[in-house]
Amino acid sequence: MLSERDDMRVAVIGASAGGVEALGEILPHLLGELSVIVVVHLPRDKPSLLSRVFTPRCSFRVKEAEDKEPIASRTIYIAPPDYHVLIEKNLHLALSIDDPVHHARPSIDVLFYSAADALGARATGVILTGANADGAAGLAAIHAAGGTTIVQEPAGALVRDMPAAALELCAPTHVLSSSAIAALLNKYTTTERDAR
Amino acid sequence: MDTQVDTRAQDMLSRVGDIALTTLLEAIYLRYHQDFRGYARASLKRRVAQSLLKFDCPTISRLQERLLHEPAVFTEFLRFVTVQVSEMFRDPSFFRAIREVVVPHLATYPSVKIWVAGCSSGEEAYSYAIVLHEENLLDRAIIYATDISGQNLEQAQAGVYALQRIPQFTQNYQRAGGRRSFSDYYAAAYDAAALDRSLKSRIVFSDHSLSTDSVFTEVQLVSCRNVLIYFGDALQDRAIGLFRESLCRKGFLGLGSRETLRFATDAAAFTELVREERIYQKC
Repeated sequence: MLSERDDMRVAVIGASAGGVEALGEILPHLLGELSVIVVVHLPRDKPSLLSRVFTPRCSFRVKEAEDKEPIASRTIYIAPPDYHVLIEKNLHLALSIDDPVHHARPSIDVLFYSAADALGARATGVILTGANADGAAGLAAIHAAGGTTIVQEPAGALVRDMPAAALELCAPTHVLSSSAIAALLNKYTTTERDAR
Repeated sequence: MDTQVDTRAQDMLSRVGDIALTTLLEAIYLRYHQDFRGYARASLKRRVAQSLLKFDCPTISRLQERLLHEPAVFTEFLRFVTVQVSEMFRDPSFFRAIREVVVPHLATYPSVKIWVAGCSSGEEAYSYAIVLHEENLLDRAIIYATDISGQNLEQAQAGVYALQRIPQFTQNYQRAGGRRSFSDYYAAAYDAAALDRSLKSRIVFSDHSLSTDSVFTEVQLVSCRNVLIYFGDALQDRAIGLFRESLCRKGFLGLGSRETLRFATDAAAFTELVREERIYQKC
């Protein structure tokens, strides 16, 4: 069954320590027909300020992910504190309060596994700066499903552990600086549009 | 080490194919009349993958065989895929709103009835009991706490929690506007805390499935928090239909902090009462 949603491009991005700065070099620069779902590790009981921080800086709509929300194009969804975010096969978002993974809820691995399962080769996974190994296994899952995998250059990351852990587990499609990641995501969406 | 464990879980996840999962859920329904067919698949898949590790089964079909032939294993499986480690007064601002906005309405009824749907191990039902106690309503209240897992219900009924969780409960209680000291409500022994018996006296724990059962009584407040996130669209609609039917006119519905009626068929039957806390009122 083909539908217009079948060529939808979804990028999932995971970041931890230093993540807000790295995201600042990516999210405001995004153009084209892309949906983005972001997990950043933050204290669980602080209301997330990320959508407020990024809304005025981005041309995309920025909002916290809600349960059963259909994924829309040109929108950046931020995982709410203390919930995992997953992608269903019908391209709706789903939340869960299952146990933390790598001591993290939201966990990057949980989002990335579901992206691999729901989107297969259409998934793009991005691992940015951070101090733990969350996301590494999930990125490998996206890789195994034929999706595109991108890791921030550890040398340029504020905290290199998370990109380094991802590189240990998977040979990603691209290893790039954060600004080059934005350019690459835009290139995907524009070249695909031109090709149609 | 963390990474290793997780790769193993991922390995299991890759073994949970869609067809095998659908077959498993169908078999469970036919054998036990527990209906997971309408659950949201992404989370359910993770739970089933983890249960492969827990029950030491290399494949879904092996798990299916065990579940069908060993009822005791199914009982454990049921708990494993449904249990939610909640907290007492999870999301303190929600319970503060219940106390300040909803309880004054409840107080106008001769008897107060609350339904905690999907009560898991009971933390939320006891939180309501404490609020009602402090508002002098507990004596004329009944809290129906329902779940599909008998093991969950047993644990809920016991009202015993690991001592290490008490500091979190205490902090939540205080932030939720608790009027006393949380230590008034439990007795600690060894590494466990047992909740006061008086809290239990007005709670009825009972087996009920939002997938297959119907409404059992009229209530003024339904609390169903972080349960609908595990349901697919049609099952969510069914559950909200039950809540609508069970609630009296102008009755209240409390959802989890990131759940919304926005994508539900029956959304128009409710108005937002305390928007940011996801407290709704039936029209």
